[in-house]
Amino acid sequence: MTDYDVLIIGGGVSGCAAARELSRYKVNVGVLEKEEDVCCGTSKANSGIVHAGYDAAEGSLKAKMNLRGNELMDSLAEDLDIPFRRNGSLVICLAEEDLPELKSLYERGIANGVKGLQILNREEVLEKEPNVSEDVYAALYAPTGGIICPFELNIALAENASVNGVEFHFCTEVTDIEKQEKGYRLTTSQGVYSAKYVVNAAGVYADRFHNMVSGKKIHITPRRGDYLLLDQCTGNHVRSTIFALPGKYGKGILVAPTVHGNLLLGPTAIDVKDREGTATTREGLDEVLGKAGMNVKNIPVRQVITSFAGLRAHEDEGEFIIEELADAPGFIDCAGIESPGLTSCPAVGERIAGILKEKLGLKEREDFISTRKGILKPAALPWEERSALIRENPAYGNIICRCEMISEGEILDAIRRPLGARSLDGVKRRTRAGMGRCQAGFCSPRTMEILAREWKMDVREVTKSGGKSYLAVGVNKDAF
Amino acid sequence: MENYDIVIIGGGPAGLAAAVSARENGISRIVILERDKELGGILNQCIHNGFGLHTFKEELTGPEYAGRFIDQVRELGIEYRLNTMVMEISSGKTVTAMNRKDGLFQIQAKAVILAMGCRERPRGALNIPGYRPAGIFSAGTAQRLVNMEGYLPGREVVILGSGDIGLIMARRMTLEGAKVKVVAELMPYSGGLKRNIVQCLDDYGIPLKLSHTVVEIRGKERLEGITLAEVDGRGKPVPGTEEFYSCDTLLLSVGLIPENELSGGMGVELNPVTSGPRVNESLETNLEGVFACGNVLHVHDLVDFVSEEAKAAGRNAAKYIRRSGAAGRDSVIRLTTGEGIRYTVPETICAACMDDRLTVRFRAGNVYKNCYVSVYFDKERMIRRKKAVVAPGEMEEIVLTKEQLLGHPGLETIHVKIEEA
Repeated sequence: MTDYDVLIIGGGVSGCAAARELSRYKVNVGVLEKEEDVCCGTSKANSGIVHAGYDAAEGSLKAKMNLRGNELMDSLAEDLDIPFRRNGSLVICLAEEDLPELKSLYERGIANGVKGLQILNREEVLEKEPNVSEDVYAALYAPTGGIICPFELNIALAENASVNGVEFHFCTEVTDIEKQEKGYRLTTSQGVYSAKYVVNAAGVYADRFHNMVSGKKIHITPRRGDYLLLDQCTGNHVRSTIFALPGKYGKGILVAPTVHGNLLLGPTAIDVKDREGTATTREGLDEVLGKAGMNVKNIPVRQVITSFAGLRAHEDEGEFIIEELADAPGFIDCAGIESPGLTSCPAVGERIAGILKEKLGLKEREDFISTRKGILKPAALPWEERSALIRENPAYGNIICRCEMISEGEILDAIRRPLGARSLDGVKRRTRAGMGRCQAGFCSPRTMEILAREWKMDVREVTKSGGKSYLAVGVNKDAF
Repeated sequence: MENYDIVIIGGGPAGLAAAVSARENGISRIVILERDKELGGILNQCIHNGFGLHTFKEELTGPEYAGRFIDQVRELGIEYRLNTMVMEISSGKTVTAMNRKDGLFQIQAKAVILAMGCRERPRGALNIPGYRPAGIFSAGTAQRLVNMEGYLPGREVVILGSGDIGLIMARRMTLEGAKVKVVAELMPYSGGLKRNIVQCLDDYGIPLKLSHTVVEIRGKERLEGITLAEVDGRGKPVPGTEEFYSCDTLLLSVGLIPENELSGGMGVELNPVTSGPRVNESLETNLEGVFACGNVLHVHDLVDFVSEEAKAAGRNAAKYIRRSGAAGRDSVIRLTTGEGIRYTVPETICAACMDDRLTVRFRAGNVYKNCYVSVYFDKERMIRRKKAVVAPGEMEEIVLTKEQLLGHPGLETIHVKIEEA
C-alpha cells in the first residue's frame, strides 16, 4: 500500500493546478489518473478561453475563482512558458430588445470586479471586428478576456508538479474509497493507496467519489459540447472571442481564434448520461455551424479540419464546490468544475493548497522550482540560432509533421521530458504534431515509429491514446 | 546563398519528370528538394501494377515506374536533396529549406517548378459525427503502414469513398488477410477508375454501395463499428436506411487536396475548383518563372499524365531560363467551361508562346453517357467528340494545335462543354 499525505483524484487542469500549488510545500502528494496521460477528460476538450468574469452570479465562488484565475494567468503562463494572449472578448447583441440583457451582463461584470468593461455600439463593434454580423446592435467588450491552450496549461502544471516531487500514477482508476481512522483508503485498478487527505478533482466523476464518503449527496450531469476546429489559415477571421448572449445552458456558441492561429467554433450544450459520451452528433455539428454564423459572417467552413466533443461537469446547483466536506473530514471536493474552470484553475489550485496548508500546517520548501521550460520550438528561433540548434542536434532538422512543421527534435523532447508522451495523442497535445490540416495522415506512421523506438516497444503496442486504442493490429498476412 | 537555374519542389513523379525534361532541354543547374527519405513520392507505396501503360507501353508497379525516372535523374546527374523540407518560397523565388545535414539553407532560383503533390482529405473535413477512436485512417496512411512498414492496421474493414486509393486498398487489405465488408460512396457514382472497381472490388466480391455515407462511429478506444445510411439527392442521410457494420477499421478515401500552402505563401493565385494554381499554356502561374505540374496543379487519375504534364513544365521552365525573362504575351485566349465541365488546365493560352501541340486537361462534374465533348472557338464549334461515358473519376483531354489557334486571329475564348447526343 502506498501512503501519501495528499492524494488527488484526477489529472485534469484542476487536479494538476492543485498538485503544482501543493508542491510548493513540504508534503507528500500523489495524483491518481485513470487515463494514460494528464489532460484526458474535460480539460482536453473545451473552448480554451480565459474568461473575463462577467457571467457568474455576483458573490458566487465561480465569480471569485474566475476573477482570481484570470488575474493569475499572466504570471502563471510566464512561469510555465505557455502561450497566453489577452485577445479580449465581445458578447454580441443582435437586437435592440436584447439590450437590457447585455446591460445586466455588464452590471454583473462590474459587480464581480471585472475591469475595463464597455458596451460598444454597432459601428464600434464592426470597426473592431469587421467579420461580426452586420446585424449586430451592440456588444459587451471585455479587454481582460483571453485565450490559452488547455493542453499546454494542463501538461505544464503537471510537469512542474512532477519536477517538484508530486508522484503521478497513470492508468489508475479509483474504484472505492473508505474512511479510515486517519485518512482514507483508495482501492484502484492498480492496487490500494492511502492518504491523510483526498482531493476529489475527478471532473464528471466527482459526484461518484463525493457520494462514497458523504451523506450529503451531490449530482453531476455530463453536459456535452460539440466543437469544430478550422485550419490555421483562418485564425485571423476574428481577433477577439465572439460570444452570443448567454442562454439557459451557458454561454452559447462562440467563435474564437486559438493561440495557435486556428479558429474554433462551439460548443453546443446537451445533457447526456454517459460520462464518457464524447461522440459528436450531426445535429450538434449542424447547430454549431448555424449558430456561429449568426454572430460572425463568412466563416470559412470549408477549412474545417476536425470536430470533437467535450463534457462539462455540471453540478445540479450550478456552482463550484471546493471545500472540505463537513461530514467527511480530510476529503476535499473540487467538484462541479465546469466553465469557467480552465480560467479558474490557478485560483482553484491556490484555494485547495490553502485549505491543506492550514490543515496540515504545511511549510514552504526552499527548493521549489517555480518555472518550467516548454518544449523548444525551433520555428520561433532566429535563423542563426535555429541553424546552430540543427547542427548540434540534427533531429531538429527533420520535419515529421508537415502541416504544423514539427520536427523530430520536438517529438523526442515531448517523449523524454517529465511525464513524457506515450501515445500519438500525447505527442499531439504536447507538440501539435498531427493536429494540422491532414489530421496526422502523413505523420502517424512516423510518430508511431519514434514512440516505439523511444519506449522500446513494438509498433503494434503503440496506441492513439492508451488503453486498447492500438493503431496496428498485426503484420501482413499473419492471419493465413 | 546558393544559386540554381531551376529548383523543383518535390521528388515524386511530377518533380522527376520535370527535372529530366528541363535537363534534356539544356539546363544544367537544377536541384530537386524532396521531403521524404527517397525519391519517387507516393509511387513508393503504390506497389500494385497498372502504371506506365501510356508512357512505357508496359504495366509497371509504382516503385518500378518511379525507378525509371529516378534512373534517368541519376544518369543525367541531376542534383537532389532528400529529407529536405521546404519551409517557404518568396515571391522573388528564394527557397528556404531545411534538413538534418545542411540545417537551414536558402537557394535563389531563376525558375521554380511546384511539384508537391496532394494530400488526402481527413475525416474532419467531412464532419462525420461520432467518437474518435483509433482505427480510422485515410486510405493512403493505411497503404503506407501495410505496403512500406508491413503492419496491418485492422482486420475488419469498411471503406468510405471510392477514390482510387480506397479501391486499391480494398484489394490490398483483402490480400493481406483482412475482411473488407463494404465500400460506401456518397455520390451516385464512383470517384475512381472503372478498371479499379472491376479489379479491386468485383473480383473479390466486395460490395460497392453508391449514395451511402457513414452516419455513426462506435467505439471509444478502438473502432467497434460504423453505421451506413443512404443519402438523398442533396447528400443528406435518409432516416430508416441505417445499417450497422461491425468493424475495427474505417478507411477514408474521400478526396485529394493539392498541397498548395507553399504556393499560396509565395503569392501564387489558386483556382478554388482545383485548389491548384491557375496556369497558362506553359503551366506557368501568375508569378513569372513559377511553374506547376502534377497533383499540386490538379488531381490526376493516371501517373502517366502527370509525367507528360511535368515534361511540359520542365520544357517550359527551360525555355523561360534560356529566354531569360517572360515572353511577350499580347493576345491571350481564355479557356472557359460550360455544361458539365468543372475546370480546365490551363486556363489561358498565348498562341504565340505555345508549343505546336497543347494538351488541355479537364474533368466532368457528373456522369454523362453517349454525349459529346465540344470545343468552341468563340461562337464556332471546332471539335465535337463522341463519348460513350464521361465521368468525374476519369480525366479528359483535348489537343489544340498552334496552327489551329494562329488560324484564328482575334480569338478571345475557347469554350469547353458537354453536349447531349
